[in-house]
Amino acid sequence: MSATQTISRCSSLPNFVATRNACKLCAPLGASIAVRGIEGALPFLHGSQGCATYMRRYIISHFREPMDIAASNFNEASTIFGGGACLYQGIKNVTSQYHPALIGIATTCLSETIGEDVALLLSHYEEDPKNSGGPILVPMSTPSYSGTHMDGFHAAVLAVIKKLASPQKSVRGRINLFPGLVSASDLRYLKEVAEDFALTAMLLPDYSDTLDGQALDTYNKIPAGGTPIASIRSAASAIGSVEFGRTILHRKTAASFLETEFGLPAHRLGTPIGVRETDIFFHALEQLSGRVTPAKHQSERGRLIDAYVDGHKYVYGKRAVIYGEEDLVVGLAAFLAEIGVVPVLCASGGESGLLAQSVAAVTPELEGKIVVREGIDFMSIAEQAQQLAPDFLIGSSKGQSVARQLGVPLIRVGFPIHDRIGGQRILHLGYRGTQQLFDQVVNTIIERKQQDSPIGYSYM
Amino acid sequence: MSEILEERQRQVYRKGAQSYQIECDKQSASGSVSQRACVFCGSRVVLYPIADALHIVHGPIGCASYTWDIRGSLSSGPELYRLSFSTDLREMDVVMGGEKKLYAALCELIDAHHPKAAFVYATCIVGIIGDDVDAVCKRVSQEKGIPVLPVHSEGFKGTKRDGYRAACDALFQLVGTAPIDDVSPLSVNILGDFNIAGEIWIIREYFKRMGIQVVACLTGDGRVDEIRKAHGAALNLVQCSGSMMYLAKSMKEKWGTPFKRVSYFGIEDMAQALYDAARFFKNREVLERTRQLVKEELDLVLPQLTEYRRVLKGKKAAIYVGGAFKAFSLVRALRSLGMQTALVGSQTGTREDYEQLRDLCDEGTIIVDDSNPLELASFLEEKDVDLFIGGVKERPIAFKLGVGFCDHNHERKEALAGFEGMLNFAREVHASVMSPVWSLTPRKLSEQAKEFAA
Repeated sequence: MSATQTISRCSSLPNFVATRNACKLCAPLGASIAVRGIEGALPFLHGSQGCATYMRRYIISHFREPMDIAASNFNEASTIFGGGACLYQGIKNVTSQYHPALIGIATTCLSETIGEDVALLLSHYEEDPKNSGGPILVPMSTPSYSGTHMDGFHAAVLAVIKKLASPQKSVRGRINLFPGLVSASDLRYLKEVAEDFALTAMLLPDYSDTLDGQALDTYNKIPAGGTPIASIRSAASAIGSVEFGRTILHRKTAASFLETEFGLPAHRLGTPIGVRETDIFFHALEQLSGRVTPAKHQSERGRLIDAYVDGHKYVYGKRAVIYGEEDLVVGLAAFLAEIGVVPVLCASGGESGLLAQSVAAVTPELEGKIVVREGIDFMSIAEQAQQLAPDFLIGSSKGQSVARQLGVPLIRVGFPIHDRIGGQRILHLGYRGTQQLFDQVVNTIIERKQQDSPIGYSYM
Repeated sequence: MSEILEERQRQVYRKGAQSYQIECDKQSASGSVSQRACVFCGSRVVLYPIADALHIVHGPIGCASYTWDIRGSLSSGPELYRLSFSTDLREMDVVMGGEKKLYAALCELIDAHHPKAAFVYATCIVGIIGDDVDAVCKRVSQEKGIPVLPVHSEGFKGTKRDGYRAACDALFQLVGTAPIDDVSPLSVNILGDFNIAGEIWIIREYFKRMGIQVVACLTGDGRVDEIRKAHGAALNLVQCSGSMMYLAKSMKEKWGTPFKRVSYFGIEDMAQALYDAARFFKNREVLERTRQLVKEELDLVLPQLTEYRRVLKGKKAAIYVGGAFKAFSLVRALRSLGMQTALVGSQTGTREDYEQLRDLCDEGTIIVDDSNPLELASFLEEKDVDLFIGGVKERPIAFKLGVGFCDHNHERKEALAGFEGMLNFAREVHASVMSPVWSLTPRKLSEQAKEFAA
């Protein structure tokens, strides 16, 4: 029995059949971002043209980087007779224009509903000698009517590992790192941490350069960077995998696949936000590397706790609404709970079935004080938040209308951030990311207090 | 030229370099990363600004998520249109059908929000799973006593233009369903302005000063009851002709309402639009008021524009927009700022549109239909432009290459229409071209290095 109060349907609140201002995106979007984090790879959607265009627009507005997603561009004939011809023509066209090393072919609601067997279609394509020497083709089943963008993201990572990983001799110091949907800065941080432990990490996906790149002289068809395909191929040579996400523990993932298939120990942890969840991550790295946490990170941890002490009075007892991807919500709940903020509502459009128990596991001091809601939309969040009287909201920019309605500040984290610049550079993870989040949370509360005060205090 | 796919070669034309030929209005090549969206997108953009209607997307969640409050279309009253509603179809619905869910969703939302009408967007899989959307709409309409209009916008059933047509079909069902006793003989409908950043308010004000009644705006700051009276107007002024010409033609056929194509971008086109409307009424007072209005407005903006023109003279621009109508105005507006257009293209232009562009543009200009990022990037590099005008999807191409960019799409926050809009436009072009940040970008640095070496 979960220690946290879980309400799936709240009797005092309206109960709508329709989804009103969704707190989720569809699966192929997650797959497209994941594929963008592989070196030389191009995302490709098997479906209507609009899917790719809408997702490009959505992703571009967050990262402010080019994001090309190809599509087979279904027409009426392909819907009736099957999309194989569109798929083949699409692959040929995309290959001749972009010369990708890998194409991640994600399905959509349309291709899934008409029952396209993309894996089979691709194997026929690959069998044709005319097509030899072309890019690696990875089918990904991402029906938009099932799950959210996170399901698509994890499905894409798993599909790539399944396609490329092969039995290998174990190499000391090699690990796999599956972080889930985090920011470009988070990815850079994780690489730095692994290096500091003298570990060679295969970080999948790694869009830290491809979706946060430099100004250029000439246009790159596929931006430089991403997880090298050779590294993915040798994933089974690692001594273990680290994968973030407490709400994906019940499903087959890249880490669990490598464990069952190749015997690689899987360290399946929570998203490392806050001291306690980050300690677990660093402990796993100590085990994998056989080294103690380097002094640099120990002092970051020390400074963070020092900051917690400096700021505790400002935040104690404050009430927050957290929303977004389930594993981000769990990480943020862990962090807020340990600084004395009560995340009165933890909400996600995802429906893993594990959100309540995951939040409970990371917020032991707040038993019975947190409402957890899965499969929720923003209008329901607003209705529930109205009753819970939060001091601030924390989540993507899509909660802006709710924050405005409630008249409370919104702390922007995660994806997407469409109304500010630099969403891709927000650091959330580790002691360092938590430090930045903590400063922001405290300052948001102080700023509010300062603004609301008639005195005009210059010391707070 | 290597960036252009073989099946797309005929969709690119270089003025002067070849005899005129351009293909357009065709399905995008498979695998081409087209900047176009789909049928649903066409319908959604046209109907979205109707502020007191309920808009519900019938299908899996994506289409609703990606179109939630994405346009800068403003309302002077109701905000219902800014909410995103979806039936959020799941696996079970795909198997069992989604009609019951749609019926329940429509009923509860109509009860909760009391809209004047409801638009139901059928997305890709709705027909395939066998839902009879028309029947559900009819039933709910009878039960709730408001128009509930199906919009057949399955993404794969054509291009964005087919989505415009589906939207116009839905609008046409509304027109002519309310009495027109209060409509003046001196009256117009404004078609094809979406009130981005409040632009339609500027235009409405001009007509007010001219003594012309605006009956309905389709669809910027749109209201269902006004649209129902639209057949009472003496004239339809059609701006975004790609999206609204279907409706204008249907109205002409059924109600005999004549239409004129206009544009409110740039001082020339803006003045032309007002004069065209005034002359239509053959009313001396209206014409006199219009002359007065144009004079007053020009006196205000011309001196400032001259200053911008001095600085911007000789700069080069590229344009890639959704509808070609906007491209004509932009070419002229840029010209009035002393700038030259080196590349111009659109997602959904027609043969006539491109012919008009060919006549309008200078020698050497590239004209392109349904382009994609690789082509656009190579054109930008080839033409070495100072400015790119487009929408969100074009912005990162420009920025990555260190080229200034102006958003002339749905997300802009500054009004660009009307005389005052031209000043905003000039200000934004100026800020985009003259920013000191370009001097630090690799493209400019290597240009300087080349010049230095030479």
